[in-house]
Amino acid sequence: MKITLHIWRQKSAAAEGSFATYPLPNISENMSFLEMLDVLNEELQQKGEDPVAFDHDCREGICGMCGLMINGSAHGPRALTTTCQLHMRSFKDGEEIWVEPWRAEAFPVLKDLCVDRGAFDRIIQAGGYVSVRAGAAPDANAIPVPKHDADAAFDAATCIGCGACVAACPNASAMLFTAAKVSHLGHLPQGQPERYTRVRKMVSQMDAEGFGSCTNHGECEAACPKGISLGHIARLNRDLVVANLKRSDVPE
Amino acid sequence: MELNGNAPSGPIETRWERHRFNMKLVNPANKRKFEVIVVGSGLAGASAAATLGELGYRVRCYCYQDSPRRAHSIAAQGGINAAKNYQNDGDSVHRLFYDTVKGGDFRARESNVHRLAEISVNIIDQCVAQGVPFAREYGGLLDNRSFGGAQVSRTFYARGQTGQQLLLGAYQALERQVAAGTVKMDTRTEMMDVIVIDGKARGIVTRDMVTGKLECQMADAVLLCTGGYGNVFYLSTNAKGCNVMASWRAHRRGAYFANPCYTQIHPTCIPVSGDYQSKLTLMSESLRNDGRVWVPKKKEDVGRAASSIAEADRDYYLERKYPSFGNLVPRDIASRSAKEVCDEGRGVGPGGLGVYLDFADAIARLGRSTIESRYGNLFDMYESITGESPYEMPMRIYPAVHYTMGGLWVDYNLMSNVPGLFVLGEANFSDHGANRLGASALMQGLADGYFVIPYTLGNYLAQIKPGASDAKAPEAVATLKEVEARIAKLLSIKGKRTVDSFHRELGKLCWDKCGMARDAQGLKEALLRIPMLREEFWQNVFIPGVGAELNQSLEKALRVADFFEFAELMVRDALNREESCGGHFRTEHQTPEGEAARNDEAFSYVAAWEFKGVGEAPELHKEKLEFEYVKPSQRSYK
Repeated sequence: MKITLHIWRQKSAAAEGSFATYPLPNISENMSFLEMLDVLNEELQQKGEDPVAFDHDCREGICGMCGLMINGSAHGPRALTTTCQLHMRSFKDGEEIWVEPWRAEAFPVLKDLCVDRGAFDRIIQAGGYVSVRAGAAPDANAIPVPKHDADAAFDAATCIGCGACVAACPNASAMLFTAAKVSHLGHLPQGQPERYTRVRKMVSQMDAEGFGSCTNHGECEAACPKGISLGHIARLNRDLVVANLKRSDVPE
Repeated sequence: MELNGNAPSGPIETRWERHRFNMKLVNPANKRKFEVIVVGSGLAGASAAATLGELGYRVRCYCYQDSPRRAHSIAAQGGINAAKNYQNDGDSVHRLFYDTVKGGDFRARESNVHRLAEISVNIIDQCVAQGVPFAREYGGLLDNRSFGGAQVSRTFYARGQTGQQLLLGAYQALERQVAAGTVKMDTRTEMMDVIVIDGKARGIVTRDMVTGKLECQMADAVLLCTGGYGNVFYLSTNAKGCNVMASWRAHRRGAYFANPCYTQIHPTCIPVSGDYQSKLTLMSESLRNDGRVWVPKKKEDVGRAASSIAEADRDYYLERKYPSFGNLVPRDIASRSAKEVCDEGRGVGPGGLGVYLDFADAIARLGRSTIESRYGNLFDMYESITGESPYEMPMRIYPAVHYTMGGLWVDYNLMSNVPGLFVLGEANFSDHGANRLGASALMQGLADGYFVIPYTLGNYLAQIKPGASDAKAPEAVATLKEVEARIAKLLSIKGKRTVDSFHRELGKLCWDKCGMARDAQGLKEALLRIPMLREEFWQNVFIPGVGAELNQSLEKALRVADFFEFAELMVRDALNREESCGGHFRTEHQTPEGEAARNDEAFSYVAAWEFKGVGEAPELHKEKLEFEYVKPSQRSYK
C-alpha cells in the first residue's frame, strides 16, 4: 500500500519544530506502525539523512515506552491498542497520516517524537507505593483479599504509564494515570495505612508538574490502551475529599 | 584453571543459613559511607537498588529507557514459582530445588538452586505486601496454577501480566527510595564501560542519551542487572533495546563469560511475516493445553488453505512422536520438532517457517465460549498482529529466541571474578543450568535483588574501606577516553550500510548456525563469517549525526558492535560443548530416538571464558559441577 507521512521533526528540546512530508509508496499492510517507521528510517539513512527519533522498546504493548499522536488520536485509530501493536492494515491505501509527539507542557519534546515523561515517575515518588521493607512482610496468605477487590486493584494496576491519557486530554491532565495508582493500592488492605496521605501527595505532585485539571471530558479513558476506567478518577476524588477532611488527624 | 564457586559445604538445607551467619556485616552507621552502582532497573536491578537503599547504602541506578518501569521484565506473562505448597499437593523447597536442577539438565550449581527454592517463599510474601494484585480464589487466598509441565501447582500469577505487576512492585519500592534520597535514579543513561582500579570494579562510564555527555561514575561496588543477550539473533521476544554491552564490556575488563551457548528458544511465537519484521511476539505456552500442532504430510499441500487439507493428510507430529506427552512436550523438544518439519519443506505460511496450532477440535469439544474464556485475550492479540482469526483458521506459530541462560560467571555471592563487580538476574549464568523452566526467571531476578545481594554485598563491603574512587584516577580517565574514541571511530566511518542491516545479517547467521540445532560444520562456518562481517561493519557502517545529541543510530551501533564480538564467543562455546543439553542441541550428539545426549563424563562443568582480545581465542576456565542431591539422569518424554 501507498501512504504519505507528515511527521513532526524537531532537532532538540530548544529547537523549533515543523512537519516534514515523506511519501512511502510500498508498505505492507502486515507491518506494525513502528516497523513502517523503521522502513522510513532505513530509507532516510540510505540517503544520508537523519532518521526520525521515536521511543519504543518491548513492541508488544506492555512497556509503555511508545506513544504517538496519529491523525490526532493518541496511539492511533484502534481502541485498546498501543502504537507498537497498531498495524498498517488499520489505514487506507493512499492515506495521509499525521504523526506527532505527545503534546503537554509537562512532557517536553526531547527530539522529533520523543518526549520526557519523568513527571510520571515523580508522581509515583510522591506516594505511589506501599512502604514495606524487603524482609518485613507477613506470610502472603495472612491477609485474605476478596477476589473482587483483587480484581479491581488489578484493573487499575494494568496502567502502562504511556501518557496517552495526558496526550488525549484537552487540559493535558494526568488524572487517569494518578487515579489508577491511587485506586490500585486503595483497593487492597496493604494500601490502607497510607491511603489518604498517598492521594494528597500524589495529587499535589501532579499539580506541581504542570498537568492541567480534570474536567471530565473522558478522552483519557477512550485513548487508554489498557481500558482503564474513569471510575478510578471518581474514586480518587472521593479519597481526596476524605483525605482533606482527615487532614488535621494525619501528621504531615 | 579450575574455578571455585565458593559455595558452602555441609547439608544443603542449611548452607544458605550458615553462610548468612558467616558473612561479615557493615555497621549501620557505616552503610551510608558506601556508594553502590546498579545498572539496569528490571526485576533484579529495581529490587536490588530499592533494598540496598532501604538498608542505608548510597545507591545510584541507571537505565537506558525513559523510566525504570519500562525494563523488559515487564513483558513476562506466565507467572512466578514459589514452594509455598498452599495447594497441599506435595510441593516443598526440596521439590522445587529438584525440579529446577533436573529442568536445567544438570548444568546448574546445586547450592545456588537450593537457595533460590528457599527464598522463593519470601518473594511472594514481599510482593503481596507491596500490593502486587496476584490472582485470588473466592475465599480471598492466593490462587496457583501448574505451569510448564510441573506436577504441582506452585505458580503465582496476575492474569497474563505477572512480570508487569512484579516489576511495578519493585519499581514503586525503588521510587520510594528515590523520594527518600537513598537512591539516585538516572534514566536515558547507558553504561558504556566498567572502570577497574587495582583489579577491583570501582565505577562505570555512562552516556547521557539525550545530551551525549560521557561521565565517570565512581563507587565502592558495581552491580550489573542488565538482562540477557537474546538480541544477538536480531529477532527475538526481547525488547528492541535489550543488549549485551554492559556484560560484554565487563567481560573485556576481565569478567568471565559463562555458558554463552545456552539460549532458550520458545516454541509458541508468532512467525515472521516479512523482511521488515522487527521483533517476535510470544504467545503463552498455555495454548498448547488445547491446541493441536500439525503440518501437512505432503510438501505439495503446503500452499493450500488449512481447511482444505483432509485429516488423513495432516501430520500431528508431536502426538505421533511423543504419544504420552503429545503437544505438551518441553519447550526445547517442541521447538526442535517444529524446525525439523520446516526443514523438510512442510512448514506453512510465508517463507515456510511456521506450523499450525489448531483449536478446531477443542472448539468442537468444549464450545467456542469455553475457548474464548481461556484464551480470548491471546486470540485477540494474534488477530491484531496477523489479521487472522484463530477461531476460523489455525494459528501459525514458530519458535523464537526468548531467554538466555548463559551470562557473566558469578560465585555463590553473585560476585564475578572481578572483585566488586556483582551480576544479578538474567545477566548472570546463574541457576537455570542449560534450560530454564517456565515461571523461574521472575523468581531468580527477585531472589537475587531482594534477598541475596543485601547480604553478599555487605560481606564484600565490610572487607574494603569505604570511599569511592576519584573520577580523575588515571584508570577512570583512560576508560573514559577509550569510550570517547570508540564513539568517534563509529561516527567517522560514514559508510554505506545501516546498523540494522548489519544486525539483521548477524542475527540470521547466528540463528542459522547457532540456533535450535547446531553442528560442528555450521559453527565453524559461523566462526569464519562473523569476523568478516564484523570487519565490514567497522568499515562500512553509516551513522548519521554526532555524539553530543539524542542519536538512536549511534546507540544501536554501540550495541551491535558488542554483539559482533559476543556472537563469536557464543559460537565458540557451542563448538566446545561436544554434547547436547537443555537449550544446547548438537545434532552430532543425540540418542537413537533423537533426544539430547549429555556427556556428563566430559562436560559436567561451567564453561567460563576469559577475554584475550578481539578475534583472539578466549581462554577456557572450568567450574566442575558436583551433584550430591539430584543424581543426573536422562530426560524422556516418550
